[in-house]
Amino acid sequence: METQRELSAEVILSVRDVTIALPPGADRTNAVENISFDIRRGQTVCIVGESGSGKSVLANAIMGLLPAGVTPVCGSMKLLGRELIDATQRELRRIRGSSMAMVFQEPMTALNPVMTCGEQIDEMLSHHSNLGPDERRSAVLKIMDRVRLPEPERVYRSYPHQLSGGQRQRIVIAIALILRPGLVICDEPTTALDVTTQAEILDLVSELQRENGTAVMFITHDLGVVADIGDEVVVLRLGEMVERGTSEEVLGHPQHPYTQMLVDAIPHVSTQGRPHIPSRSALLEVKDIKKTYVSRNWFGGRREVHALEAASFSIQSGETLGVVGESGSGKSTVARCIARMIEPTSGNICLDGRDVTHLEGRDLSDFRRTVQMIYQDPYRSLNPRRTVGESIIEGAVNFGASRTQAWERAERLMQLVRLKPESLRRYPSEFSGGQRQRISIARALACEPKLLIADEAVSALDVSVQAQVLTLLGEIQRATKVAILFITHDLRVAGQICDRVIVMHRGRIVEEGPAREVLLDPKDAYTRQLIDAAPGRDFTFGRTPDLNGLAAT
Amino acid sequence: MTTMPPTSSAIPLGPTEDAQPKPHARRSVGKALLSNGATRWGGGVLLILVFMAALAPWLNTIDPTAIDPGSSNLLPWTHGEFTSLSGETQSHLFVLGSDSLGRDIWSRALYGARVSLVVGLAVTALAVAIGLGFGLLAGYFRRIDGVLMRVMDGVMAIPAILFAVSLIALFGGTLPVVVFAIAVPEIPRVARLVRSVVLGVREEPYVEAAIALDTPTWLVLVRHILPNAIAPLIIQATYVCATAILVEAILSFLGVGLPAETATWGNIMAEGRSQFNQYPHNVLAPGLLLALTVLSVNVMGDGLRDVLDPKFNKRKG
Amino acid sequence: MVAFLLRRLAATLPVLCVVALIVFLMTRLSPGDPAAAIVGDNATTENLQRVRSNLGLTQSLPVQFVKWSWKLLHGDLGESFFTKRPVTELIGQRVEPTLALAGLTLVLTVLIAVPLGALAAWRHGGVLDRTLMSFSALGFSIPAFVTGYCLIWLFAMKLQWLPVQGYVRIGEGLLPWLRNLALPATTLSIVYTALIARVTRAAVAEALTEDFIRTARAKGVGEWRVLMRHALASAAVPIITVIGIGVALLIGGVVVTESVFAIPGLGSLTVDAVLSRDFPLIQGITLFFSVIYVLVNLVVDLCYLVADPRIRY
Repeated sequence: METQRELSAEVILSVRDVTIALPPGADRTNAVENISFDIRRGQTVCIVGESGSGKSVLANAIMGLLPAGVTPVCGSMKLLGRELIDATQRELRRIRGSSMAMVFQEPMTALNPVMTCGEQIDEMLSHHSNLGPDERRSAVLKIMDRVRLPEPERVYRSYPHQLSGGQRQRIVIAIALILRPGLVICDEPTTALDVTTQAEILDLVSELQRENGTAVMFITHDLGVVADIGDEVVVLRLGEMVERGTSEEVLGHPQHPYTQMLVDAIPHVSTQGRPHIPSRSALLEVKDIKKTYVSRNWFGGRREVHALEAASFSIQSGETLGVVGESGSGKSTVARCIARMIEPTSGNICLDGRDVTHLEGRDLSDFRRTVQMIYQDPYRSLNPRRTVGESIIEGAVNFGASRTQAWERAERLMQLVRLKPESLRRYPSEFSGGQRQRISIARALACEPKLLIADEAVSALDVSVQAQVLTLLGEIQRATKVAILFITHDLRVAGQICDRVIVMHRGRIVEEGPAREVLLDPKDAYTRQLIDAAPGRDFTFGRTPDLNGLAAT
Repeated sequence: MTTMPPTSSAIPLGPTEDAQPKPHARRSVGKALLSNGATRWGGGVLLILVFMAALAPWLNTIDPTAIDPGSSNLLPWTHGEFTSLSGETQSHLFVLGSDSLGRDIWSRALYGARVSLVVGLAVTALAVAIGLGFGLLAGYFRRIDGVLMRVMDGVMAIPAILFAVSLIALFGGTLPVVVFAIAVPEIPRVARLVRSVVLGVREEPYVEAAIALDTPTWLVLVRHILPNAIAPLIIQATYVCATAILVEAILSFLGVGLPAETATWGNIMAEGRSQFNQYPHNVLAPGLLLALTVLSVNVMGDGLRDVLDPKFNKRKG
Repeated sequence: MVAFLLRRLAATLPVLCVVALIVFLMTRLSPGDPAAAIVGDNATTENLQRVRSNLGLTQSLPVQFVKWSWKLLHGDLGESFFTKRPVTELIGQRVEPTLALAGLTLVLTVLIAVPLGALAAWRHGGVLDRTLMSFSALGFSIPAFVTGYCLIWLFAMKLQWLPVQGYVRIGEGLLPWLRNLALPATTLSIVYTALIARVTRAAVAEALTEDFIRTARAKGVGEWRVLMRHALASAAVPIITVIGIGVALLIGGVVVTESVFAIPGLGSLTVDAVLSRDFPLIQGITLFFSVIYVLVNLVVDLCYLVADPRIRY
């Protein structure tokens, strides 16, 4: 990173002591307090924070898109010298798009579903420039080519729902960049994308930035992304700026305890090996399971979707097996087959030597105790209308325990997941996301299962909370010898807590082996692609020795 | 490859944590309902009407079916004499005047209120009960869905008034038939509403978790799925009630509802329409009462929707 | 496109079958003997038997249904008990006024309600919004016949601007046709404008909270275009839906309005049929309206295709 050159470049965005107030009744007075930073031409500044840190409010404030009730109360935000805080909506409308633009997190909802993609890009030109229809069309096609969209003519006529996630995000980028604005704000633009697509989009953004000299404000919670593309970093916590500096400084030797905590919480392949699991007969064996979805339409046409093609693997008690793959790889399908929420089209699943593939009735009920699932979205995993205690004891009561017995067990489980047993009488809405996920774990454990399936159980959590939940799972496994099937798209997380890992791609298992081996020395090309795409893998995080300090001695 | 940084110990779990209630606890639904302007206004007016209908015998009324040709077509607020067919005379304040047969419109209107309110409630109860059942079944069991929804579509295709009219023409104009005839066309709308709620909730992880915990199907429906349908159902129920009261009045007005001697608002208006030019009060008085009743039910429904609308609550997470 | 049309038509068949079944069962299952109704007071057992076998009432229910459906498919809706004329002929005579009334009401309603609703949503919570909500509650609470009589009293009797009742065929002049239809169409459209304006307002308000509106504003697009091209276009589906439902409800409203304004259309034909217990006529009209409803739904589905590219059958 050429810090010298950047210090002399022109300042595009200057933020000084900005404080933005929230309406009365919110959980704190100000969304952000006393934020100051600069972004220069050609520079990328990453705004890092967990959920609730105020980073999106900051972005919306710069664009002038704050909702009613949320207002800047002091400070200044200058874009190319022009003050933004008290600008009228009319002035703002003129600069939006031409001088500053935004790339949003969810490309599906950010695009108008009933307008063609080409028209949505064209709208920028028709609104801000005087070009005629033919000139506009060729400009749009050109930028679509520039953001590497295949077949620009066809995509011009397509609607957003006909494109993939990555393609949609490229359209959003095209919209943002077509007028070559001085500043582009990216609000978590790759969080909703697969890791390989994310790598492509990040490359694209860097490339376009180098070409046009755009200043980029990149909001993210992923320190790996910061390591890859950030020149400078601003760390936000609950609206306050806790640290600011170049990415080497902040990520290499963080000063503030919060930043240190964030850096420590980054998942990585564990150096000390995991305790050795003596091999004995497997708890769960999956042989050649296939799942094909067939949809028939009115006139006899068939459409087959092969969600799973001949997958085989096994897990032992006390082992954590990671299933890594992107969306559409079949990892969730395999989990649902094992949990008997759906039936495989062919193949066998054996638990403790017994074939459970086609159980029904009583046998199926008995089976249900042995395999339990933890879901991805903590806000939808618990019935909002029942107390947490009721949710936890539901399974135990179904399997014959009396309410008192089940309640006692629930209290013990709450302590196990580090929550106060008295709060069993509260409702899910009174808990945070991480706490709710722990309650889901308690609910799963109430049935004393032999196998726990965690379906992207930590993907929706903040990185610090994620680390807590992973540690908890490890503790539980050591104590109860439960086997864990850990499904994730994040290789780094898999590397941290899994004994063995299987990698899935388009319904097939492409690689399998001990976690360290697969992640440090992959044999399959797709696995290598996944690892290469993980952001920040070349960076040395953590508290590296301070070179200046060493030199002084 | 990358050099491994020295691993700091995994983030230690703190001591047991407590829940984190929001700074301002959620207001109870009851309080929210009582403070909403629309529910207060609509509910209040409705309550007054219900009281008046219930206390009809004590509110300056006489037999609503009693005729006295001698006091026909009196204007509203006339002090007159009423002579029944058996010869007894009493002085009486004709608050809303009298019709062409000398019947006191005020009495007929109050007793007619009873009919309207009873019909409204009965139709609502019937339509909601059946619609709820159909909707739950159709939403949860795919095989039932296809058949049931086709039947519902078929019922919806027949215009409600025609359906009601045909049924009454065939089976007679008694109260149970009228209630049934008005309720049946309302069932598909309720069923569709419940069905769409069920379809949405069915995919939630907590429903899947309940199935994984071996909760029996009927309990999953009652405990996890049904509660989500209650709020939209209540809102829809008010609109069904309003429609029912209106339709009953229309049927009576057209002469195909309850028998003409029975005091219903529609009947009063039907009887008075032939003399609308000279004595508009025959039609306008019950008409306004009808409008007021239906309006208050609708306004109450609006208020309920403002308070109970799931879209509001969804944001709270 | 053609494939879609065929598919949609095929999907309506089960619905039509259900309708036919319901209508058939309603009349056949009624207490009371249709034969007795025809024969009247001079009923002897032989007479009744003869009439019954003429009407096909002696055969089993499924057989009756098949024969009845067969006649139906050939356009034979039977004969009216009362006038002894074919039902189809009677319907044909009375279609025009009803169509005219319904059509005019629909046009009026859509032209007024959709812009009103959109504007109210735009200025959410403003004066227009609150006024609209209050008046619309009033609009669909007051029954059509009460409004009708009020309007007659004001415009026809007091001010004498418009005729009290009656209908003039369009062939006899556009202006008289409009003058006669003005009051009835206004009466009906008050109710439907209230309904459609409400739903439009809700749909547009909902659309305005979507993420892509934020994107449009981030592009610097003007507020008017945001409303028209982005919000309204995206809200088209629920609006079209409610217009379709409105048409179905319109059929019911027409019955009442024709009665109040003495318009010789299908609505008043229905009332006459009911009062005289003319079962074949009631059946025929019910079937006719149901088919219209199904066709309207088909048109609505076609409109969906145009309005929302995500919908593909």
